Amino acid sequence: MNLTLRIWRQSGPQDKGRMVTYQVDDVSPDMSFLEMLDVLNERLILAGEEPIAFDHDCREGICGMCGLMINGDAHGPQRGTTACQLHMRQFKDGDTIDIEPWRARAFPVIKDLVVNRGAFDKIIAAGGYITAPTGSAPEAHSVPVAKANADAAFESAACIGCGACVAACPNGSGMLFTAAKVTQLGLLPQGQPERHTRVIGMVDAHDEAGFGGCTNAGECTVVCPKGIPLTTIGRLNRDYLAASSKRGDTPGT
Amino acid sequence: MDDLFIEGDPIADTRAPDGPIESRWDRRRFEAKLVNPANRRKMTVIVVGTGLAGGAAAATLGEQGYQVKSYCYQDSPRRAHSIAAQGGINAAKNYRNDGDSVHRLFYDTVKGGDFRSRESNVHRLAEVSANIIDQCVAQGVPFAREYGGLLDTRSFGGAQVQRTFYARGQTGQQLLLGAYQALERQIGLGNVEMNARHEMLELIVVDGKARGIVVRDLVTGEITSEFADAVVLASGGYGNVFYLSTNAKGCNVTATWRAHRKGAYFANPCYTQIHPTCIPVSGDHQSKLTLMSESLRNDGRVWVPKTKGDDRNPRDIPEDERDYYLERIYPSFGNLVPRDIASRAAKNVCDEGRGVGPTKLGVYLDFADAINRLGRKAIEAKYGNLFEMYERITGEDPYEVPMRIYPAVHYTMGGLWVDYDLQSTIPGLFVIGEANFSDHGANRLGASALMQGLADGYFVLPNTVANYLAAGPFEKIDASHPAAVEARRDVEDRLQRLLAVNGDRTVDSFHRELGQIMWEHCGMERSEAGLRKAIDEIRALREQFWQRVRIIGDADGLNQSLEKAGRVADFFELAELMCIDALHREESCGGHFRAEHQTPDGEAQRDDDNFAYVAAWEFTATGEPSVLHKEDLEFEYVHPTQRSYK
Repeated sequence: MNLTLRIWRQSGPQDKGRMVTYQVDDVSPDMSFLEMLDVLNERLILAGEEPIAFDHDCREGICGMCGLMINGDAHGPQRGTTACQLHMRQFKDGDTIDIEPWRARAFPVIKDLVVNRGAFDKIIAAGGYITAPTGSAPEAHSVPVAKANADAAFESAACIGCGACVAACPNGSGMLFTAAKVTQLGLLPQGQPERHTRVIGMVDAHDEAGFGGCTNAGECTVVCPKGIPLTTIGRLNRDYLAASSKRGDTPGT
Repeated sequence: MDDLFIEGDPIADTRAPDGPIESRWDRRRFEAKLVNPANRRKMTVIVVGTGLAGGAAAATLGEQGYQVKSYCYQDSPRRAHSIAAQGGINAAKNYRNDGDSVHRLFYDTVKGGDFRSRESNVHRLAEVSANIIDQCVAQGVPFAREYGGLLDTRSFGGAQVQRTFYARGQTGQQLLLGAYQALERQIGLGNVEMNARHEMLELIVVDGKARGIVVRDLVTGEITSEFADAVVLASGGYGNVFYLSTNAKGCNVTATWRAHRKGAYFANPCYTQIHPTCIPVSGDHQSKLTLMSESLRNDGRVWVPKTKGDDRNPRDIPEDERDYYLERIYPSFGNLVPRDIASRAAKNVCDEGRGVGPTKLGVYLDFADAINRLGRKAIEAKYGNLFEMYERITGEDPYEVPMRIYPAVHYTMGGLWVDYDLQSTIPGLFVIGEANFSDHGANRLGASALMQGLADGYFVLPNTVANYLAAGPFEKIDASHPAAVEARRDVEDRLQRLLAVNGDRTVDSFHRELGQIMWEHCGMERSEAGLRKAIDEIRALREQFWQRVRIIGDADGLNQSLEKAGRVADFFELAELMCIDALHREESCGGHFRAEHQTPDGEAQRDDDNFAYVAAWEFTATGEPSVLHKEDLEFEYVHPTQRSYK
């Protein structure tokens, strides 16, 4: 099939950036979206033009490195799918496709479609862990975990940190990402001792990094390639409330 | 062998203690020197790579009080390709009471490696396997659990006991995130300095010791020299030399190859694992191959039509016209034979013309029986995410139509040579995880890569590196040291050379062509004629590369073509060594199958009298023959036999 692509080009953080139109012909429906971009890039290089910079690595939907706004949808039209797993059979001949980077205050553009998501790492560093120095662990079976909790923890642990939730959110909030980790660790007995310090630390880091607040718009969960549910944010809010009252703060201020 | 290489002196692992195998690791830890906690903060360790091995090592060394500098080429340490491992992690916990033990895991791994690994290393791996599960559970890794709240296990690739712990089809992701979180905690505490989007391009060796690396900031293009008392490479495997593999697109050999050029021996480069259950290639645009976890073989049955060219819809082919060839040839292991055997069997039926799908390079993996027996729900719970992934890629629903699978390059058992302490032939340079060679011999068993990565990172290296650092801190050096100046200049020259070619072919076009040569002649089956042809073709193509490659832009900022070009240039050199290694090893073992060396029924024919050794290759100069050093392998506990899964 033949496609018209309108792609965001931005040579660096200081450049204003613009949409540039490219024509790509003979696209196979079996190609992945990124393979289609590979084909375009090969052509650009041979024509002496700079190829389009985009992030990607595993190309099997698990590393979380790819992330594109495709026609205004984070990761494109197919639900539960990262851009690298999106295949061209989801489009039809003659389509015009807009491709843009994640846009959020906390994710500055580095070049073209590549953004800096380092703010996510800062949120994890501020409490998204269980303190268990190597060698200190008790026998694995000494603490059973109810299967329902283990399964629910797994659901939240499936987050790949791609940032689609932030890109889709009208406030540029990273709350779904934060809540997924808070929920996973908060559901496990191993995670209880740090439950309150964790949520405070992570939410503070989230706010400091320039993410917006959550207003329950729910766009995040719709685009999440791993289907992290919105209820995780409710859970985060409950933990945050409990933790804040414990430390004497007034929540929400 | 003509002028392809020179045989040098034998090499020996002088760090491995002797005595009863059960007590060697204890002995080594006791005999190793320690570093006083107050002195640890005076010492810096560089760790390259943040996968299971590198992430675990950096976190643990940070916890112990060393100053750690960590590097990865991705935008976050959480992206390392360990994340894509699906099936599980082995551990000798014997929770199932099904006859498992440290000794059995040791035995299975030595046998599974086709008697080409070191007994001492493998035993240590089996010993620490149980600690890994404890550690990961404590970190909050959400392993699958039974209704009673205890951990679930399953049997996996070639094992008859249920020793594989798993987190649905995302075990690697969950283990990596556990290590990543431990690492982020150390970053938050200021014990680890994290440098994401940085690529190591050279090793700095001073007075024979590894003292630092030259890195390029992939965003700004800035090149800096970084110094340390020890350098740890945890940069993964080199399967991308084949272009198409299940590796992530960025996986590369550059860190280990640069170290090899600086004096670290490269061991058994020809040992490559071809995974039997991947989604077949769909066209020329293909940029990578996707693995379908081999846990699927627990419930899926592999078959092809009995007759050549049977193009009927698989559901219309009656039972008695199907050949469940693994069950037929290997009745005792059936669909669960180890990877090398399953892959070659698939190749054989396709070579006979009985392959399926549009390219005829595929076999069916059929779940109809399992769905009838267990119900769709049960299959969904076990493999739901894998089935969805398959459908997204192929557009076919595996609940209705059998999956089509074909072997693909997945893992490389070879890597930099290390001793029992995981130290390379360059003092102060340690190599862990897939980047080293030591534990899997000529074939890795399923669910053992995660085990080895975490064993090395959490439990082995943090103990052994102390023995080396006990002699430190070493003399301070800075960027003006002649060795650092030279390393940095080499990096800059190389980047400029790549940019200056300004030819008429893209990096990817060269990489793809190199991959085709390797897959054709150094893939599932190798022969003398093929390997010789490959060596000539690789040399010619490499020359073309340096005359015709075209890279747009400069080295002063993010330039993904330039990054790729440097990696492909190193793959060219590695590819030649792989072929030479494969050519010199006149036997078949594990993933290395030489057409000339097979049993009458087509199984791998080892030659223990002449080849029970590790081939450790020393780099001499570009274009000059490498020197082969042999490390003899001794088997005191597991007597080499022909592997039989029949």
